[in-house]
Amino acid sequence: MSTVTELKLKSLQIRADLLRLIHSAKMGHTGGSLSNTDILTTLYYEIMKHDPSRPKWAERDRFIASKGHSVESLWCILADLGYFPKEELATYCQFGTRLIGHPNNKVPGIEMNTGALGHGLAISVGMALAAKKDSKAYRVFCLMGDGEQAEGSVWEAAMAGAHYKLDHLIGFVDRNRLQISGNTEDVMGIDPLDRKWEAFGWHVKQVNGHDFDELLETLRAVPEQTGKPTLIILNTTKGKGVSFAENQPEWHHHVPNDEQLRLAIGELEAASAAIAEAEEERGMNG
Amino acid sequence: MANNIPNRQAMCEALIELAQEDRDIMVLASDSRGSAAMAPFVKQFPEQFVETGIAEQNIVGIAAGLAHSGKKPFVTSPACFLSMRSIEQVKVDVAYSATNVKLVGISGGVSYGALGMSHHSLQDIAVTRAIPGLTIILPADRHETRKMTQALAKHEGGTYVRIGRNPVEDVYESDDYDFQIGKAVVMKQGSDVTLIGTGETVRIALDAAKLLEEAGIGARVLNMHTIKPLDEEAIIAAARETKAIVTLEEHSIFGGLGAAVAEVISTNHPVPLRILGIPDEPAIAGKTAEIFAHYGLTAANVLQLATELVKAKAEQK
Ligand SMILES: Cc1ncc(C[n+]2csc(CCOP(=O)(O)OP(=O)(O)O)c2C)c(N)n1
Repeated sequence: MSTVTELKLKSLQIRADLLRLIHSAKMGHTGGSLSNTDILTTLYYEIMKHDPSRPKWAERDRFIASKGHSVESLWCILADLGYFPKEELATYCQFGTRLIGHPNNKVPGIEMNTGALGHGLAISVGMALAAKKDSKAYRVFCLMGDGEQAEGSVWEAAMAGAHYKLDHLIGFVDRNRLQISGNTEDVMGIDPLDRKWEAFGWHVKQVNGHDFDELLETLRAVPEQTGKPTLIILNTTKGKGVSFAENQPEWHHHVPNDEQLRLAIGELEAASAAIAEAEEERGMNG
Repeated sequence: MANNIPNRQAMCEALIELAQEDRDIMVLASDSRGSAAMAPFVKQFPEQFVETGIAEQNIVGIAAGLAHSGKKPFVTSPACFLSMRSIEQVKVDVAYSATNVKLVGISGGVSYGALGMSHHSLQDIAVTRAIPGLTIILPADRHETRKMTQALAKHEGGTYVRIGRNPVEDVYESDDYDFQIGKAVVMKQGSDVTLIGTGETVRIALDAAKLLEEAGIGARVLNMHTIKPLDEEAIIAAARETKAIVTLEEHSIFGGLGAAVAEVISTNHPVPLRILGIPDEPAIAGKTAEIFAHYGLTAANVLQLATELVKAKAEQK
């Protein structure tokens, strides 16, 4: 099976897992989690240097979920990779749990506690700066929301990242064009986003955030420019993969009911089956 | 009384009424009009609404500028971010410059119980209380939220208000009572012990007082809706007349209601005091009721604490 096919199947599985998680806890950020499942799958299963058996391995690449509210995809991926037992997912958001509704660094695999928007990039700048000072080769990946771009602290960190020429720092903006109150351009316009980041001294790329070929190609090539941090705008769909949740602002934190869960899992399973079938056909023809 | 109207909705309704008469009243939100239950206001008065996006420092600065120009801005944003993310703007642009900005922290305390410490506001009273000139109010139920909103529309000066996310059981039967900023409400008379609550813990104090009464202990209940300026007179009277105090708050035990009461009685009329709140740790995850139970913010625990205080008092005599 090709890497891309594997990633496609994996991200469909993670989507189903996170929907079940949100459904059982009756809370969660469905839309934003579905929106960033593909980039997280690409990073954790293919791009990042990391080892679930040694979560604090000094040479590991770092990932910071600055949009910490989309933690459900992260919990499912970390459990799937063995950072903690899968059974623990059942405690998500329950009394006394460590698997709360935001990243919590008491859990192996989580570097920093996030959840208040606009913190992640500055933390990532600090980590990338430390790597440079210690002559370490690890990279720092930081995922932000597009609504989050309204926080001034994002731009303070952007300035610092360029100032210190942190080319092993890679920022992402999950450009799904929605935040809680609606379209980002109605709530607080952030366009032209690419030119803003360029003006702040970053090397900017735009990709389809759900296209694994494009994601892999882009991420395998970073940094394309030495002495500059990279900002990748992921053009995505909020609620991706669940027809009735796609592009619907309410699904930011809507929780699927029994029927919606059944429908959603059905859609994801059908998508997996189609991929498997295409793969089989290709195998027979090749 | 059972109730399904959260305080944030009661505030929105009051603001709609006020805005009809007063075109200077404005509501601001930081991608939070839904969580603040302000969507009906936005619909009815789009010209009196300002959206800042996710930018809590900016929203306070903008509100200060609006106030400087004669507007009456109500900033509605999650309490955790509004009280901490923008605290310097609150200190300098609102308090120091004496601008008439009403800061309304929504979903305060542990309303977002399972979302972790980033989303809890358990330090907001402590930090705002240390800023000179700010008024701080935690309304107890929807009726008080309504009275407070009306009072704030007339009140000049920077104010921090904290309300929770979920509906709370009523503590008043209606809004037909005297609400004055800075004046505690005696919810129940009693001379054996005083229970002081603020915001949504007033309900717990009332429930505990009922249990105490069944046990033959007369508890006075004070609703300390205004934390600043604090009603020192009511506290000193309680100390003098009941000689034992228990405070209840959805806040860190550091720097909140209990600390404020301790400051007053220690210099005026020292009596035994028990401070009930969230200990100095990231609060455990869970629903509000689960968290309250875990930390003893329950009528049953207050019954026990107050009984012990009253017993110790009798033994001393
Ligand atoms: C400092 C801060 N302010 C407000 C919030 C509340 N909040 C959580 S998610 C969210 C919207 C995020 O939108 P966006 O960044 O576009 O993320 P996505 O659409 O990918 O979920 C808001 C306002 C927060 N978590 N942190």
